[in-house]
Amino acid sequence: MADNGELRHIAKRKRKNRLFHQLFFMSTCFGIVALALLLIQVLVQGAGWLDWDFLTSYASRIPSRAGILAALVGTFWLMVITAPLTFIIGVATAIYLEEYGKDTRLSRLIQTNISNLAGVPSIVYGLLGLTVFVQLLSMGRSLLAGALTMTLLVLPIIIVSSQEAIKTVPQSLRNASFALGANRWQTIVRVVLPSALPGIMTGSILSLSRAIGETAPLIVVGAVAYVAFLPSSPLDTFTVMPIQIFNWASQPQAEFQNVAAAGIIVLLIMLLSMNAFAIFLRNKYQKKQ
Amino acid sequence: MSIVSINKLNLYYSEFHALKNVDMSIEEKSVMAFIGPSGCGKSTLLRTLNRMNDMINGIRIEGEVKISGQNIYSPDVNVELLRKNIGMVFQQPNPFPKSIYDNIAYGPRIHGIRDKAQLDHIVESSLKAAALWTEVSDNLKKSAYGLSGGQQQRLCIARALAVNPQILLMDEPTSALDPISTLKIEELIRELRERYTIVIVTHNMQQAARISDYTSFFLNGEVIESDQTDKIFTTPTDQRTEDYITGRFG
Repeated sequence: MADNGELRHIAKRKRKNRLFHQLFFMSTCFGIVALALLLIQVLVQGAGWLDWDFLTSYASRIPSRAGILAALVGTFWLMVITAPLTFIIGVATAIYLEEYGKDTRLSRLIQTNISNLAGVPSIVYGLLGLTVFVQLLSMGRSLLAGALTMTLLVLPIIIVSSQEAIKTVPQSLRNASFALGANRWQTIVRVVLPSALPGIMTGSILSLSRAIGETAPLIVVGAVAYVAFLPSSPLDTFTVMPIQIFNWASQPQAEFQNVAAAGIIVLLIMLLSMNAFAIFLRNKYQKKQ
Repeated sequence: MSIVSINKLNLYYSEFHALKNVDMSIEEKSVMAFIGPSGCGKSTLLRTLNRMNDMINGIRIEGEVKISGQNIYSPDVNVELLRKNIGMVFQQPNPFPKSIYDNIAYGPRIHGIRDKAQLDHIVESSLKAAALWTEVSDNLKKSAYGLSGGQQQRLCIARALAVNPQILLMDEPTSALDPISTLKIEELIRELRERYTIVIVTHNMQQAARISDYTSFFLNGEVIESDQTDKIFTTPTDQRTEDYITGRFG
């Protein structure tokens, strides 16, 4: 039987175990509670101001007439251009780094730099976009310049997460494919990508969620707040929801806080729909396997 | 009639001399077993035959490997066609995360066969040749991952046979399987010998004695002895062969 010293030690270990269990649980609660408070606050403030007029009107100096139409359409078009661009370039880069260029000096160089790029503040991307797209390539303060800037911003995220997804495909599957006489391209398209797709989709969700909420770099590139028309071509001026919301939240009139809250609700719904669509695509592909 | 002829083959993994002056002939439509302690070059030589070693960095090969009279390392050889002609089955079953049908049809599709009727026929005959047809014919759309280990390995054999190879390479195909599956696959190998040339690496000497016509004994990258199985296991020429077979080292 255990003696007194051992019994005391066991009791101490049990207490420590319980303590850490509670600490970890409270950390989780902290995050959930904060998120819940945020959502409740937004819903309480903004739900009342969310109606059809809000969705179909342009911005205005008068709170009751302010609408999110221009910003909504701007964000939509921004995502429509950014998403395929960043997906194609990002996944192609990941494929090159993992399948073709593995262990070469070039790919090691690229690898280090991509990780660094992921940490660069978004405002720096804004300045890059201003110099290269707006001025150098003469795109002006346009939707296209904004979309290209966003593409560059989220590219590192897609590249890294796609690489991770490709890495999880076991080498034994590639070996089986090669042993049957397939070349590298066939193996990538028929074996690697289908297996890696769920992970790649998750990475796309993460990166596009970041893009949809960016404000500062788009201000630098020229998205303005008072836009009273819808962009008819990629070279038109534009605005996006985060900028519109920021603009409203900065207004002196108290009612504009509620308008801003309504805008946040619309942004969140748009974000959730985009994610739901990506998850739907991912699940559909997973079932096929 | 020898279908594989290896002459003065030397293979280096960077500085490490993995295969030393290997000379060997493999008879058509027979089973050749490679035996020997771990790490002595059996799998390396096996992978040399279908040039799977090409994918390893820092590999250097000297000497000649001829299959059906043609040196497979000559620059005008199409590696993909070579591998179509030489099937490979690995130690751990590695079916693709696809349906049984798509696993078998993978090889033919890679090489350009698209006609559904043709693919159906190939899938059925490959599964029959691998003694798996009766167990899976009711639902070919089922995922390959739903099969047992032994069934998965037979699926991999069927998949390799689907591209109609002349030679089948097997790298310890039963070491990860239970005894009953092992027995089934050994029976299968005895049947397949009528149509294919089979080279099998095995750690299990009794297995080599049971199923092979010829055996090669490897030690430290050299082929010490290569002869008919009966002879190797009853009257080996080299003392080292005898020591290994009687279990004095392993």
